[in-house]
Amino acid sequence: MSTDQSWRGVAAEDTDELEHATGVKLQARSRRLLRVLARPHKRLLVLALLVVIADQVAALAGPLLIAYAIDTAVPELVDGNGRPLTWAILGYLAAGLISALMRMAFTRLAGRISQNILLDLRKRVFDHSQELSVSFHEKYTSGKVISRMTSDLDAISDLTEQGLDGLVTGALSVVVVAGTLLVLDLPLGLAVLLGFIPLYGVTRWFQRRSIRIYRRTRRHIAAVIVQFTETLNGLRAVQTFRRESRNAKIFDEDNRAYAHANGDVMVSFAMYTPAVRIIGNISLAAVTVWGAVRVVNGQMEIGVLTAFLLYLRRMYDPMDELAMFYNSFQSATAALEKISGLLEEEPAVPEPKNPVALPNPQGHVVASGVDFSYTAGIEVLPTFDLEIPAGQTIALVGATGAGKSTVAKLISRFYDPSHGSVTLDGVDLRDLSTTDLRRGVVMVTQESFLFSGSVADNIALGRPEATREEIELAAEEIGAAEFIHRLPDGFDTDVRKRGGRLSAGQRQLVAFARAFLADPAVLILDEATASLDIPSERAVQAALRTVLDGRTAVIIAHRLSTVSIADRVLVMEHGRVVEDGTPAELIDGVGRFADLHAAWRDSLV
Amino acid sequence: MTNTLTDIQESPGTTHASGRPGGRKPGSYTALRRLWPAVKPISWRLAGSAFFALVASVCGLVIPLILQKIIDGPITEKNLSGLWPLGITLVLVGILEGGLYGVRRILVARPCMRVEAKLRQNLYQRLQALPVAFHDHYSSGQLLSRAISDLNTIRMFLAFTAIFLMVNISTFVIGVIILLSLSWQLGLVFVVLAVPLIVLCLLFEVKYKVLARRSQDQVGDLATMVEESVLGIRILKAFGRSAHLGQAFRKQAMALRATELKKVRVVGALWAVIIALPEIAIGVALLLGVNQVADGDLSAGALVAFFFVAMMLRWPVDSLGWLLASTNETAAAADRYFEVMDQPLTVTSPAVPVTLPPSAQAGRLVFEDVTFRFPDTADENKDALAGLDLVLEPGRTVAVVGATGSGKTTLTALVNRLYDVTGGRITIDGVDIRDLALPDLRTAVSVAFEEPTLFSASAAENVRLGHPDATDEDVRQALSIAQADFVDDLPWGLDTRLGEQGLSLSGGQRQRLALARAVLGHPRVLVLDDPLSALDIHTEAAVEAALRRVLTTTTTLLIAHRASTVMLAEQVALLKDGRIAALGTHSQLMAESADYRDLLSSNAYTDQQEN
Repeated sequence: MSTDQSWRGVAAEDTDELEHATGVKLQARSRRLLRVLARPHKRLLVLALLVVIADQVAALAGPLLIAYAIDTAVPELVDGNGRPLTWAILGYLAAGLISALMRMAFTRLAGRISQNILLDLRKRVFDHSQELSVSFHEKYTSGKVISRMTSDLDAISDLTEQGLDGLVTGALSVVVVAGTLLVLDLPLGLAVLLGFIPLYGVTRWFQRRSIRIYRRTRRHIAAVIVQFTETLNGLRAVQTFRRESRNAKIFDEDNRAYAHANGDVMVSFAMYTPAVRIIGNISLAAVTVWGAVRVVNGQMEIGVLTAFLLYLRRMYDPMDELAMFYNSFQSATAALEKISGLLEEEPAVPEPKNPVALPNPQGHVVASGVDFSYTAGIEVLPTFDLEIPAGQTIALVGATGAGKSTVAKLISRFYDPSHGSVTLDGVDLRDLSTTDLRRGVVMVTQESFLFSGSVADNIALGRPEATREEIELAAEEIGAAEFIHRLPDGFDTDVRKRGGRLSAGQRQLVAFARAFLADPAVLILDEATASLDIPSERAVQAALRTVLDGRTAVIIAHRLSTVSIADRVLVMEHGRVVEDGTPAELIDGVGRFADLHAAWRDSLV
Repeated sequence: MTNTLTDIQESPGTTHASGRPGGRKPGSYTALRRLWPAVKPISWRLAGSAFFALVASVCGLVIPLILQKIIDGPITEKNLSGLWPLGITLVLVGILEGGLYGVRRILVARPCMRVEAKLRQNLYQRLQALPVAFHDHYSSGQLLSRAISDLNTIRMFLAFTAIFLMVNISTFVIGVIILLSLSWQLGLVFVVLAVPLIVLCLLFEVKYKVLARRSQDQVGDLATMVEESVLGIRILKAFGRSAHLGQAFRKQAMALRATELKKVRVVGALWAVIIALPEIAIGVALLLGVNQVADGDLSAGALVAFFFVAMMLRWPVDSLGWLLASTNETAAAADRYFEVMDQPLTVTSPAVPVTLPPSAQAGRLVFEDVTFRFPDTADENKDALAGLDLVLEPGRTVAVVGATGSGKTTLTALVNRLYDVTGGRITIDGVDIRDLALPDLRTAVSVAFEEPTLFSASAAENVRLGHPDATDEDVRQALSIAQADFVDDLPWGLDTRLGEQGLSLSGGQRQRLALARAVLGHPRVLVLDDPLSALDIHTEAAVEAALRRVLTTTTTLLIAHRASTVMLAEQVALLKDGRIAALGTHSQLMAESADYRDLLSSNAYTDQQEN
């Protein structure tokens, strides 16, 4: 375990997310979540409970009827009266059938409840992870979110599938049997209850030990998943740089650590269950011996002793089930700790509670008194004011780290400013619902992720209700239609995983088509043309001239060809605007933009 | 069913090459048998575990016999002197039973984890070796669910189901023998019972395996959606489409739920019958038994023991339901696992690799009549590359220019065999690249992709990706060529951990790191796919100046979109319709080729804009 982890490098984020918090608090939190999840299914749960009670009553009637057959029916039969036996048999068969039917009903009910809970939890985690801000995802890594939604959910599904059954049946039969034993014979029953004391002891031991180990398994499986997904998503680089064997080693470490933690759990469990069984068997022996004495002394019928022993066995069999349940419960608790941690994460960019409606945005953007820092104390953007009249196209220019992207992210509300406000048509962005916000502002970046599906599907993401004609038109307008038509199935071509069959330039064109289809009041282009070749860029620019007409736009580009279509250029340096004017004014001046422009002209050759 | 693990694996030749679901008869346990090589090393532990479990079960069965002795002996005779030895035996047998159950678990606990880990490791390594073409088709969510959920299912099967299938059936047989010895008439009732049980289980198996497979596939689809929702989060946010994807996710999740509920219904029905059958048998036995006792043919103690044993046989019978369910799930999981493991490694080192000649005058890269078509493209006219010829002399830099979709990026993926050419050949210093050992080829050829891929590791580790042993000095030099000195400004310098995909860095910074990675280690051939696209003007100029020094000695295939990048090359090749349409210097092509002018002259339109 103590392997060299230096390759991972140093980062501010703690890799043992959540681990430092106290275990008690974590468990309380995850149990709270479990209760919240179970609450809507109260009725079904009660019904399931009733079914189990019916099942147990029917099942418990069996030994009693056998006892009755031995103690009463045998002597009666010897006396020539077969009726008690007939009743006993019929009763036994009826009990058996009822028990079987109830079992079936319970299996279905439990299945329904657990599937509903899982569905609910899946939706919650999915929606919540979508609600969380981009900054969260950049820190948390996708692999960890994926592991929350896959392997952690698996653990919970194990609990709900097998555990619910084990818990309800197990707990109930233990209670019912214990009660029956006390009624049958009080002294012997009390003797049996004595066995519960060591039982409690070993259970506590297992609880404390297993939760700690299960937390470890959750952490290690997350590491395995992170490594797995990263490798697959970066496979080209992995193969190109012969990273396979090093990766295999890293994966092996995580994988082994996971197997080891899992092994630890199983070993603890291998000590816990026999302890339960041995306690049960010793109880049985004690009851037998003492029961024998009582029968011999005439304090007890032999049939009662038989029933007693049968019951006792029946009590300790479900104890095994209870132990199993407890095991999956502990595993699910550790998983729930992680999931509830994710669910508890507050979105840094929350949906407004009482959104202000903005059905028809015009695109008047004002940033006033805005400053921003990613991490407290390190200011990225010092106090900043900017007004963009509706319909104006501005270009942001400046060196890497000047704060251009930050401005773009604030206007598109990827982040909220630390102070001050950004408004669209006079409404604070924080007061707009997602629907209204995205009708107002859409950002295209140089990252052009494609979702699995067809090219048309990917463009339609801009406006899912768009017709096929509109989709094709959008592609047409920005000059993407030509290459799309050349794909094997045109617009219906499957883009393959992550758009693997398209070049970066082509993906960027699809991203553009998507943005045009979305038809927002404010369009933000953050280095969105970087990967385009010149003809494509030309086509996009020609399209931009029409598309941006009457639309507010913020363009960030180091290619000044893109900048030239702007009405106004802002040159930024260290988070401040140092020049502000029309392109022509600035080019003719002696400022930084004039220098940049000269350098760029030279680069064109 | 008990012999699934003891059967020797079929010859590997019988593996299904297609690897696609649906074509196979459900209910076949071929995939389960194929787990044998992985299981073999721990087989004696599994056998030991089964043995101890069986002994423990027998102990459990002995307990009622002791009870019988106590009832028929000390109690009936009202003589307590014989009670104590029997009581002590009862305690000892009880402890033995529990203890052996513990031993049986401990025996397999860690080994089964190791088998699971081994299978996962094999899968991971296989996936790393499989060609890019495979990964283009398989969604990574499906692969992930195989690596996690399916292997988990297989492990649980080994640690528990397989053992208890054997043990419970043996227990049942032993129990029935005990019953027969107590009273053959009563025992016979139980034997007869077994017949409908077996028929039922066989019927169930067919139905259940189909559902199990469907559910596992749906879990994989769900994992894919989850992954995309997270990886594409910025797009979803930018367009406010989280709810849109959320709906699709819900639909998937509902489909999975529906399958699971179907599974539950099938299991529920099976369970009902499995529980009812023994109860009926016990009822009949009760009738017969009481009659026999009344007739004096059977002692009361024997009858009690009979029922006790009969009760204890309920668990082996009851458990049959979910043991079968779990076996079927495992068979489906193993199917899914081998589906991937059976995928052919199409891009591999040759059996007898050729080594490259010493690197003195090295790096001649030649494309000879190269054609390439994506595997799923049926139409012959849709070749991405169709008869491409190009020669790069050692140390020369050739820029490849072409319209969007002309196959430039495809070309870059062929040189280090991310894909194999479908026709013609590529040689380095006269050696067909398919005759080289893959690691040799990929050491000789270094690539900077259009989209830089960074991993969540330290900046240094990311640069050293292909050369873990590179000295700090080499790394420094590579960084300075790529103008990536910004790493010194990161909080921990070179040791700073880059977030996943390096998303904390700007596009230009990522591109420069990827460039540094590519130039590290002095590759024989360098492939640069538009390596400067995300850089600002000043940085671009600085990188170009530094690159020039490197490029004079390295054979370089340079994909270029801009004149400024093209200027790094001595020669330019114009790619059109999958062929080299023109070859020459930049100024030659500017003068001679209208296509080329159209692709590269930005002056034309900027001037026009400024008018």
